Amino acid sequence: MTTETNDPGSAAPATADTAFAGDTVTTTSLGGAFREYLGRVRGGDMGSLPAIAGLVVLMTIFSLASDTFTTNINLANLATQAGPICVLALALVPVLLLGDIDLSAGVAGSTGAMTTGLLIVNHGQSWPVATLAALVVGAAIGLAIGVLVATLGIPSFVVTLAFFLGLQGVLLYFIGQGGSVRFDNDFLRGLAIKNVDPTVGWIGAIVILVAYGLLSLRTFRVQVSKGLQHPPFSLVVLRIAALTVILLGLVAFLNGNRSRNPNFPIEGVPRMLIVVVALLIVWHFILTRTRYGRHIYAVGGNREAARRAGINVMGIRISAFVACSTMAVVSGLLLAANTGKISPGSGGGNTLLYAVGAAVIGGTSLFGGKGRAIDPIIGGVVIATVNNGLGLLNNASWINYVVTGAVLLVAAAVDAISRRRRSASGA
Amino acid sequence: MSDPILELRGINKSFGVVHVLHDVDFAVYPGQVTALVGDNGAGKSTLVKIIAGIYGRDTGDYFFEGKPVTVHGPRDVAALGIEIVYQDLALCDNLDIVQNMFLGREEVKRGTLDETKMESRARETLASLSVRTVNSVRQAVSSLSGGQRQTVAIAKAVLWNSKIVLLDEPTAALGVAQTRQVLDLVRRLADHGLGVVLISHNMGDVLEVADRITALYLGRVAADVPAKDVTHSQIVELITAGRSGNLGISENPATATV
Repeated sequence: MTTETNDPGSAAPATADTAFAGDTVTTTSLGGAFREYLGRVRGGDMGSLPAIAGLVVLMTIFSLASDTFTTNINLANLATQAGPICVLALALVPVLLLGDIDLSAGVAGSTGAMTTGLLIVNHGQSWPVATLAALVVGAAIGLAIGVLVATLGIPSFVVTLAFFLGLQGVLLYFIGQGGSVRFDNDFLRGLAIKNVDPTVGWIGAIVILVAYGLLSLRTFRVQVSKGLQHPPFSLVVLRIAALTVILLGLVAFLNGNRSRNPNFPIEGVPRMLIVVVALLIVWHFILTRTRYGRHIYAVGGNREAARRAGINVMGIRISAFVACSTMAVVSGLLLAANTGKISPGSGGGNTLLYAVGAAVIGGTSLFGGKGRAIDPIIGGVVIATVNNGLGLLNNASWINYVVTGAVLLVAAAVDAISRRRRSASGA
Repeated sequence: MSDPILELRGINKSFGVVHVLHDVDFAVYPGQVTALVGDNGAGKSTLVKIIAGIYGRDTGDYFFEGKPVTVHGPRDVAALGIEIVYQDLALCDNLDIVQNMFLGREEVKRGTLDETKMESRARETLASLSVRTVNSVRQAVSSLSGGQRQTVAIAKAVLWNSKIVLLDEPTAALGVAQTRQVLDLVRRLADHGLGVVLISHNMGDVLEVADRITALYLGRVAADVPAKDVTHSQIVELITAGRSGNLGISENPATATV
């Protein structure tokens, strides 16, 4: 590569250089970082801020309006209710990042769960085989959608709407009108109703914290030593501290006994939460640290630019749908574990709406190219809180639909407005 | 003069019944800026797309560094070291400068992206081109001005050790100061030993930075001359009429078969 430097002053007229600050700004103070963040928020890049603010408001309202909302058992319940929504929303992220949508993900998840249920109940298969088969079914559905969208160029909205209807037919065919498939395998059902041993919960949390802390500090050290752009040290420490408080607080809370019956203690982190956290870490890694993740953002940001850069756009799009449907099956299994059965209507109705809402509320853009793995998790908790809180208030279920619809609309509006402000401010 | 680094000889290209390029010869020399000029429909874009490997050619030879090469697609051309900076830029707005410069060719260490190496190399490259137009290499491209975007797109070509950079109308949408920056950068690319092709409608730009000028008229090469030998009005005549004095197409261009 060419490394010899020209003297800019000799050849270039003064106008070419005076207007610029120079690329020397590699660090800033904590206050500077905060002002930068405020600037980004004003410029329309709000990330998860609306979701977190909304969550605080909702939690306050529900804890004031209902006596049971803040009980340990309800909040732990909330975690398992949020699980399937979070996972389904996380499944949608790769597809949403491309600017596409998968309306069939909820039903695809239940189709997978049905596969597992039928294999266990009717064919006496073990749960690992049945689960693997379900994941394969999910991948096949995703492949079919991806090929139709990417090679034929049918809008993903139409293809997945067709799959949404078609797969409901498949569910109805295999389960039968009014029937349901039992979902009572010890391990799989345990994902929703069992908790991990409190000690294991502590160890897991500490392992995650130590790993995160060491990686952050190492990255910071390399950035400083190579003279690269890096956040102020205080911000790095603050991030580690914040994660420590949240994670340890959560584990401490969930490790407390929440049983009403003193003879049967219920304590420990719900197993479902472990699944959610594991998937979150995996997708965070894929999206931020791998070429594949970078290419997803590139295709979502500017498909033509990605194609010219030699990225296999078609492959990325197909693989995103495969990943989405496969992950959706995990969500379908968690949902079935929650309810203990799969009925022909599972995964239909508002399941997908909740997931799309969760992803968008969390800060994933419907226009593609913007979003993180943590977004759908935060958004999923918001949606689950609405659901849980309204349910406790004994309101008619029509209110639940209206409120959730309104929340989705507000989130999409925030997304659209912030996108407009981004293009106006150029931030 | 040194040997051309890229040479096309006798290129013909038709789309159906429309014969777009007639026996076009085109050469790019290392360390020189070759301007490709011509009116709308003269065949500039077609010629660029043939060089880029996007279109095949009906007849004619493609020489790179003196050797004939077969080109089947954009990837072959990129592998030769020819980078094309398109008018509409081809940058991803949602990614930052470093991510864009390495797009599709990310550095990977132990399976994960090597951000350290990428950021260092991006900085080095921008510094070597005396680019000081950006506050931070971690800025999102959406926050850059048109001139800064051009700069990033051009720097990307340098980063990849390209031997030839084709710039399609790089200053078309830019203001005065930004045009200045980009033209300086074009000159610096040539000073680094790259062969630069500048496609432009702006004769001021062309005369300022170009070493050679190739004028196309209705799909034929009207002239291929050193820039210092022609005047502004001569180039305009070559573009609009296909000839100027003793330069240009000898047969009457108006009656030539198109």
